[in-house]
Amino acid sequence: MATRIARRDFLKLAGLGSVGVVLASALPGVVRAHDDDDFFFLQLSDTHWGFEGAPNPDARGTLPKTIRSINSLGQRPDFIVFTGDLTHTTDNPVERRKRLSEFKSMVSELDVKTIRFMPGEHDASLDNGKAFQEFFGATHYTFDHKGVHFIVLDNVSDPRAQIGDQQLAWLAADLKHQRADAPIVVFTHRPLFDLVPQWDWATRDGAKAIELLMPYKNVTVFYGHIHQEHHHMTGHIAHHAAKGLMFPLPAPGSQPNRAPLPWDPAAPYKGLGFRGVEADLDEARYAITEFPVVKA
Amino acid sequence: MNINFRTMRLGAAATILALGSTLAYVAVHAAPRPKVIKISAKRFDYTPGNLTLKKGQPVVFELASRDVMMGFNVPDLKVRGDMIPGKVTRVQVIPDKTGTFTFFCDIFCGTGHEEMHGSITVVD
Repeated sequence: MATRIARRDFLKLAGLGSVGVVLASALPGVVRAHDDDDFFFLQLSDTHWGFEGAPNPDARGTLPKTIRSINSLGQRPDFIVFTGDLTHTTDNPVERRKRLSEFKSMVSELDVKTIRFMPGEHDASLDNGKAFQEFFGATHYTFDHKGVHFIVLDNVSDPRAQIGDQQLAWLAADLKHQRADAPIVVFTHRPLFDLVPQWDWATRDGAKAIELLMPYKNVTVFYGHIHQEHHHMTGHIAHHAAKGLMFPLPAPGSQPNRAPLPWDPAAPYKGLGFRGVEADLDEARYAITEFPVVKA
Repeated sequence: MNINFRTMRLGAAATILALGSTLAYVAVHAAPRPKVIKISAKRFDYTPGNLTLKKGQPVVFELASRDVMMGFNVPDLKVRGDMIPGKVTRVQVIPDKTGTFTFFCDIFCGTGHEEMHGSITVVD
């Protein structure tokens, strides 16, 4: 039987007290009779394994430190999801597989039974997801957990940054099996909406996916790609971007071109972190907590 | 009388046709001719990387890649095109506002993809 974890307890279990940003994402209309349905998961994103450069002088140490932080949490999450860019891109297919292999080996140290993966453009756009699939399987899929329907959308295996008609048809067919008030969570890498098209922070046919999701009352999207926390609504659908775990990027549209923010020696790992999401179906919302790489 | 009416009708028709042709001629020749600009790409640069255009002046971009498939996207001017090796893609735009706008590659092309961009300055 699952243990109910109140948000306050979750923070306490995480050993972070009041540290971290908490945001509630409304799930209007979702009412459950039992607390046993509540659960929490972690979202990790943009680990960019293989990156080397001044924006992160501890490029090979950040992910191991994150894994240790997660393993020291007082409570095991139901699952962890990595929302893409597991590895940093390389033009060399052999090196790409080496990075994917190293990444897979490292995250096997996570003390969590279930880990879900999806690619980012750095993992998949140069070979249409071939190498990624060799290590992690399908790039788009669904699963259900305690009454919530999760949909993983791939908007990166096509180098044109689009989902594609075939996958959109698959999405439409899947959604037909859902009630209009079913709690639905979408995981994807790129924003489905036009956040900053000038920075390639968009999905070319993302509006088609949103259109398919719009008739459903309780849809929340968690994504990565932009290396920072960000929250946006398209109608009643909430979109939450996660921090990355290699280097932060500037605020959307804050400068002509995107480029990694410089490492701050006075505040190592600033702007990096991972996210806890507590699905509190009794209160009809998700509580989001942002965690740093290492405790302050 | 019948002949006179017919003559008048034919004359009026000829006048209308002539006027129409003149107007059509003026319309065609009054529109500014598009300026053709060739842009070539290779991983991970555009040539040229910076352009200056005139507001209201139609432009045809002739896009080509010298190595792999790439994209040319200027969201602020609502124009994009594929850059395909061995082929020229033509896209037309009439800049409708002044300013400096980024163009970038929107087809993931390799390690330097994210730094592959240029700028277009539109002046009055």
